[in-house]
Amino acid sequence: MIKTDVLIIGAGPSGLFCAHQLKLIGLNCEVVDNLDKIGGQCIELYPDKPIYDIPAIPECTGEELTNNLINQLKPFDIKFHLNERVDEVKKSDDSWEVKTNKGTSFNTPNIIIAGGVGSFEPRKFSPKECEKFENKSLFYSIKNKSIFKGKTVSIFGGGDSALDWAIELSNNSNVNLIHRRDEFRGAQVSIDKIQELTKNKKINLFTKYQLKNAHGTENLESIDIIHDEGEKKNLKTDYVLGFFGLIMQLGPIVNWELNLNKKTIEVDTEKFQTNQKGIYAIGDICSYPGKLKLILSGFHEGALAARACFKLARPNEKYRFEFTTTSTNLKKRLGVKE
Amino acid sequence: MAKITYIEHNGKSHTVDVANGLSVMEGAVQNNIPGIDADCGGGMACATCHVYVKDEWFNKIPNKKEGEDDMLDQAYEPRKNSRLSCQIEVSDNIDGLEVNLPEKQV
Repeated sequence: MIKTDVLIIGAGPSGLFCAHQLKLIGLNCEVVDNLDKIGGQCIELYPDKPIYDIPAIPECTGEELTNNLINQLKPFDIKFHLNERVDEVKKSDDSWEVKTNKGTSFNTPNIIIAGGVGSFEPRKFSPKECEKFENKSLFYSIKNKSIFKGKTVSIFGGGDSALDWAIELSNNSNVNLIHRRDEFRGAQVSIDKIQELTKNKKINLFTKYQLKNAHGTENLESIDIIHDEGEKKNLKTDYVLGFFGLIMQLGPIVNWELNLNKKTIEVDTEKFQTNQKGIYAIGDICSYPGKLKLILSGFHEGALAARACFKLARPNEKYRFEFTTTSTNLKKRLGVKE
Repeated sequence: MAKITYIEHNGKSHTVDVANGLSVMEGAVQNNIPGIDADCGGGMACATCHVYVKDEWFNKIPNKKEGEDDMLDQAYEPRKNSRLSCQIEVSDNIDGLEVNLPEKQV
């Protein structure tokens, strides 16, 4: 069980700057994020898209903003738990017990939810029949590619994951690549390679087709795919892979007895506290009258929530407001030599 | 100003007036029409304002933006008449537009 003053859920811009504010005022914190990297939507959805409304930064991309925020955290020692999703939050006396899907557990008086629009999960196939094959012969990510050797694998999708795996698996497997349109969104070099492999009959390419149904008793035996114009085909296949990108879902947060408003969590505007004492929400996931879903609002919300955490983490101390320009205390924490 | 009709997956229909310059997505959100999530707020960074445009309208509305089809690849059950409603700007020219909403967005 890890004991910490504050647990931050979400390593996007709001969570990162909030961690900075917490460390600055002398609290320790740990950060959990379901993605495999730091940065949240900025890094997952728009790493290359320019942002123009970060105060004092005329223009930067999602990736640059993330890197700057990480750099700003350099003076501090903060533990990140990536690839982990917080599943359980339970009250225990004056603190919260938190468990992740990987079994990590925390005990903390303060939880700051900076979860954006929720956690990123793979977009799944829509036919209901697919569920029973999931993680047996139908996958949304690959952990062990050796199981595909000598088998027929049907890959769906038009981005880099679909193309890269089609190319890789075509060495040792019979590969069908199926995509809903003629154009692919992967790297040009991969698209060229796919076309070459298709010409050499190493890959069977089906465009303007989508998955309609999956058949089999225990194991998957065949799938139906359907063309834009309605024509159906049945393909014998041992495995199906779907690479449709990631979608955001609120996930386990809905079970934590918080007041929700559509997909957001209601908070006050003094502490950004939810209806549960010691649980705060900041950034895109929180709502209050006048809420603006801007990154700059997340920074403000995180700074105030951090001060609110102080009271519960250090009940016997008094929080004193200080400026980084003048405070010896803060400069010491930042590692600045005077 | 244009009258836009949003038809939910269960067949329930909503017709509202939407001001020129707004997007078809904003028209739905501002009028609390269920079935459009618009998680990213109109940044063409998700696919949760996905709609099916009636065939007779598909070629009359502004063309798809660059990158829109890439996002639609990630939508729930995209079809050839799929669009992201945040990328359809409302004008007098689309008065009467009808869009069908998918079974779900995520």
